[in-house]
Amino acid sequence: MLEKKIATRQSYGEALASLGEKRKDIVVLDADLSSATKTNLFAEKFPERFFDIGIAEQDMLGTAAGFATCGKIPFASTFAVFAAGRAYDQIRNSICYPNLNVKICATHYGVNIGEDGATHQMLEDIGMMRALPNMTVLCPSDDTQTKWMIEEICNRKGPAYVRLARMETPVIYDTNQTFQIGKAVQIGEGADATIIATGVTVAEAIKAKEQLAKEGILVRVLDMYSLKPVDKEAIIRCAKETKRIITVEDHQIAGGLGSIVCEVLAEEYPCKVERMGINDCFGKSGKPEELMHAFGIDAEAIYQKIKE
Amino acid sequence: MKIENPEELKKIANKIRIHIIDQVYEAQSGHPGGSLSCADIMTVLYFNQMNIHEKEPEAPLRDRFVLSKGHCSPALYGTLVERGFLEEEQLKTFRKIDGNLQGHPDKNKVPGVDMTTGSLGQGLSVANGMALNSKLEHDGYRVYCLLGDGEIEEGQVWEAAMTAHKYKLDNLCAIIDYNHLQIDGDIETVKALDNLEGKWKSFGFHVLTVDGHDIQSLIDAFTTAKLTKEKPTVIIAKTVKGKGVSFMENKAGWHGKAPNKEEYEKAIKELKGGMEKC
Repeated sequence: MLEKKIATRQSYGEALASLGEKRKDIVVLDADLSSATKTNLFAEKFPERFFDIGIAEQDMLGTAAGFATCGKIPFASTFAVFAAGRAYDQIRNSICYPNLNVKICATHYGVNIGEDGATHQMLEDIGMMRALPNMTVLCPSDDTQTKWMIEEICNRKGPAYVRLARMETPVIYDTNQTFQIGKAVQIGEGADATIIATGVTVAEAIKAKEQLAKEGILVRVLDMYSLKPVDKEAIIRCAKETKRIITVEDHQIAGGLGSIVCEVLAEEYPCKVERMGINDCFGKSGKPEELMHAFGIDAEAIYQKIKE
Repeated sequence: MKIENPEELKKIANKIRIHIIDQVYEAQSGHPGGSLSCADIMTVLYFNQMNIHEKEPEAPLRDRFVLSKGHCSPALYGTLVERGFLEEEQLKTFRKIDGNLQGHPDKNKVPGVDMTTGSLGQGLSVANGMALNSKLEHDGYRVYCLLGDGEIEEGQVWEAAMTAHKYKLDNLCAIIDYNHLQIDGDIETVKALDNLEGKWKSFGFHVLTVDGHDIQSLIDAFTTAKLTKEKPTVIIAKTVKGKGVSFMENKAGWHGKAPNKEEYEKAIKELKGGMEKC
């Protein structure tokens, strides 16, 4: 893990601006948040293929669906709460049911957005989006992975929901690392516990792992960037190979990563799962790091959980 | 295929109305009222206006049609039969478990259906996306979107109206099937739409109001829309819900109800009588 930090929304904007050169079938839509979602990086280079639909997320996703029927690959971006939440029915009926090739890249999920508080902290989107047939649900943990992911979803037909963070997080992977939709990356071989994390909590899990190693407690981290399809095999293998399974996410523990892991293990290899995440409450204002700590999803909380 | 003769088009509209009643009767469910009200609009679009190809339903440069009021699928399926996209026999599968003709249209199951619809208020945004693509690629195709009058109570319609105005989508033509009735009763009672023309004008649309059952007026309106530059057009088509079947006309109760045997026979008799008059 490097010292360099970059928010996955920034990586997304850079990836789009770069992909726009070779993929002329990409169009990008935003809902008056392009400077925050970073689609402005694409807009500056390809203004004719950028559409600011204004503060009208339902209309934006419908317009994206229209483009997709004509063979374009529309990337539609806004904050996660307005994409998955406000425009849920448009995503369901105008995108997922007709199985249209719309890429919904939603930024600003979770309490890690910080000061804007509960109304803007989307904590239910994994649950909502993965319940939809045809939808692929992804949540990258770093810059390298995000850049791979944005190109990869262009080559994979069908709707995709990508959850991108506002908070800057460390670069975890070098450019030689390989990824695959439906696969997790396992970091470390420790057998005392497996910490399954996604998005911003992956770096926190790695920090906790390093701290624990100094005390002789050896854990491994599973970076579950592909939430649907999920790497069932990796979850089952880790449950068999390690003493504890702990999930940690910047999302409600109901419906998200914790639920996914429980569903897999309940069916395939019943065992105890310890879920860390937002537990049936809304977020609040504060600094991102303060909130990650207050809601018990930072490295310190993971460390303490494993020491229990 | 382009039919200019209004009398010939009237006959087609009548056949579509018979298909509507047949489907809803056979399925014992569906939406006859709003389907009958838009049959003349559908006829003019599919037989006089749109550049479409029954042998190549996905032709890239074809004109597009979005039935935003998706519950009026019997009108669309009936039209597609008359226009050669579907076999008449398939209408018997409407709303049936093994059929492709879903209660609301599914673009992946029926050739000639350009967009899956059903949840009201979403079609105009999709039509905008198609029209923007036509502009971006200089493809020249036009996009038509048929909305219900009750449907435009949905806020997304007005979001889409602003988008169509912003991008000067003169290749887009929206049509409002203004039959004045929705499920719970009269439009003006449920949620007043008064000054409908003024509403669309203030959203930057070129507004044309016509008798939605007068074939020649519809042809003229669509032709005017094609010639209009720099702004989208909306045609407010004044219609009668249940048009063509006397006991269904202007009755909100026939929004989503199937006729019984006696009613069915009466409806078909009236429509066949209408055919002879054409």
